[in-house]
Amino acid sequence: MGKLQYALFTGCTAKESTPEQLKSTYAVAEKLGIELIELSEASCCGASHLQDYDDFLSLVLNARNICYAESRNMTMVTICNTCQLNTAMTKHRLDNDPELKARVNEKLAEVGLEYKGTSQITHFLYAIIDDFGLDKIKEMVVTPLSKFNIAPFYGCHNIRPSELQNESHKNPENPYVPTSLDDLIIACGGVNVDYEEKNKCCGFHVELQAPKTAAILTGNALKGAIDQNADLMVTPCPLCHLKLDTQYGHASHAVGRDVKMPILHMQQMVGLALGCTPDELGLEHNLYGKVPFPA
Amino acid sequence: MSETITTKKVTFKVFRFNAETDYLPYYNEYKMDVTSEEVVLDILNRIKWDHDGSFSYRRSCRHGICGACAVTVNGRATLACKENLHGLMDLFGDELTIEPQSVKRAVKDMIIDKSDFWEKHDQIQPYLISHIEEHPEMECAVSPEESEQLLEADLCIQCGACHYACPVVEVNEDYIGPAAFVKAYRFEADVRDEAHVARLETVSAPSQGVWDCVKCFECAEACPKDINPIEKITKLHNMLFEERVFKNPVAERHAVGFQHSIARHGLLDEGELVRYSEGNIGVLKHVPVAIKMYKKGKIVLPWNMPKSDKLDEIKKLIESSSTSNY
Ligand code: SF4
Ligand code: SF4
Ligand code: SF4
Ligand code: FES
Repeated sequence: MGKLQYALFTGCTAKESTPEQLKSTYAVAEKLGIELIELSEASCCGASHLQDYDDFLSLVLNARNICYAESRNMTMVTICNTCQLNTAMTKHRLDNDPELKARVNEKLAEVGLEYKGTSQITHFLYAIIDDFGLDKIKEMVVTPLSKFNIAPFYGCHNIRPSELQNESHKNPENPYVPTSLDDLIIACGGVNVDYEEKNKCCGFHVELQAPKTAAILTGNALKGAIDQNADLMVTPCPLCHLKLDTQYGHASHAVGRDVKMPILHMQQMVGLALGCTPDELGLEHNLYGKVPFPA
Repeated sequence: MSETITTKKVTFKVFRFNAETDYLPYYNEYKMDVTSEEVVLDILNRIKWDHDGSFSYRRSCRHGICGACAVTVNGRATLACKENLHGLMDLFGDELTIEPQSVKRAVKDMIIDKSDFWEKHDQIQPYLISHIEEHPEMECAVSPEESEQLLEADLCIQCGACHYACPVVEVNEDYIGPAAFVKAYRFEADVRDEAHVARLETVSAPSQGVWDCVKCFECAEACPKDINPIEKITKLHNMLFEERVFKNPVAERHAVGFQHSIARHGLLDEGELVRYSEGNIGVLKHVPVAIKMYKKGKIVLPWNMPKSDKLDEIKKLIESSSTSNY
């Protein structure tokens, strides 16, 4: 197998409030020998909000981002569930509606671009599991995370709507019993924790407009994991991470008990198992608590 | 040509509860041979007819059109009369747990108190509001193109699957919920309807309205009729801007703020989005968390905001492709 290469769509969060996520993505890619070419031209995907205001504009901007993966002849890899949803949804709509695609392309032509539909779009989680291979990751583990009970938090926009999501990766994920992140935890030598909220919503998207709802949903997720004896939580979504890591105060208040726990990005967890240093994984940026180091 | 009928062994765990006599619910276990022809309703019938005549559930049409038989299997919403059991086994294996749509609203076994669901429908005026003359001169025609705008929202059978799968319905009793939003959209998109603004005000008020949707797609996943409620919710959002119905300034600015930010940086300026959405005073409540984040290197100051390459392209596209204004 030749070296895996992807066009990396970083999204905004990785460049602002979760710098550790970008850092650990590159660290893991390097360990695995995956080459990531950053889509430096890409704009924000609209985070599932811009389309509430202007659906067409949101399509045009996302299509433009995809164009830059197409022009490099590469699969686009995302590192945020919501980027994945918005980008894949745009692709799905354009690929299935020639009239809409023509309207979008009319705009893109003004800046010399054309959306063709030739690039696949997949989340880094599925890229390393499906394309690189879970078994190979397992072989490369140098520091098994065997001391830890790790709670997977999947995040809505990687698993729902399943019809769309399952176009983006090889092994279909059942949104009611997702397994990808559990499998990855096990491959890293950790003990995966089963709890009811692992495939539920963290409430991130209404943090400003409906703070109470947002805090209860986050609180419930953390509580569910803690009650099943989790030591750590891990997520593939930087927005879930922000919510779970930085909002534990509000979450604790909403559910009436302390629900603090260390939250890792999926990339940080894999990096720890592969022998990256805490510094390479940006662990100093994680808000709550010292992340227990396996060694 | 006939397909061969196969049989598989399944263990069912079935929720039992009688609000009049039981303090807590319990589960009955049944091991059964299930053929590839059978749907969940066949099992409910077999339990009632062969094992326990007191077992209760709703059903009527047996054709997936009345919406009465909705239950959940291993947490997944389903119409009992439609869902093939071998298909469910492909998803969940040979142990299937059958529960009512909402355990906390159970009255007797699979039967729940659905009154909240109907009250929410009531709230959005689920009927055509139109001043059509009693003796009109000609028919009130709706073209095929116009009826396509309903996006099949009129095919909702009001089974409640989306409503009881919604996490916001679960934690906020004011929230109108996906099914009633679908119904609201069905009339808002009807060219004959004249309620527009009045109904839109109801569906956008804080706490109860569309701005409280967390965008989790549970409703889209749950709907047995593929109606995709969140798609209709997005359409309602769009209509709020078209009809200029502004009831929730934080949420509206939050959606609009993305466009502002993308036009300036290509990327989203997270800090500015919070400030713009909340306003200069509202933003203060975020200061304590912001300080913690700043100390951990999680806040980019305005003068350090990264920018997308080829920003001029992005600006040009925003100029030429915008279809909405605030
Ligand atoms: S789990 Fe949270 S961040 Fe992730 S998609 Fe749902 S609301 Fe968004
Ligand atoms: S997407 Fe919105 S309406 Fe649908 S289930 Fe989630 S919160 Fe409820
Ligand atoms: S939208 Fe779908 S799930 Fe919701 S009530 Fe209607 S038919 Fe049932
Ligand atoms: S019995 Fe009518 S929908 Fe199932």
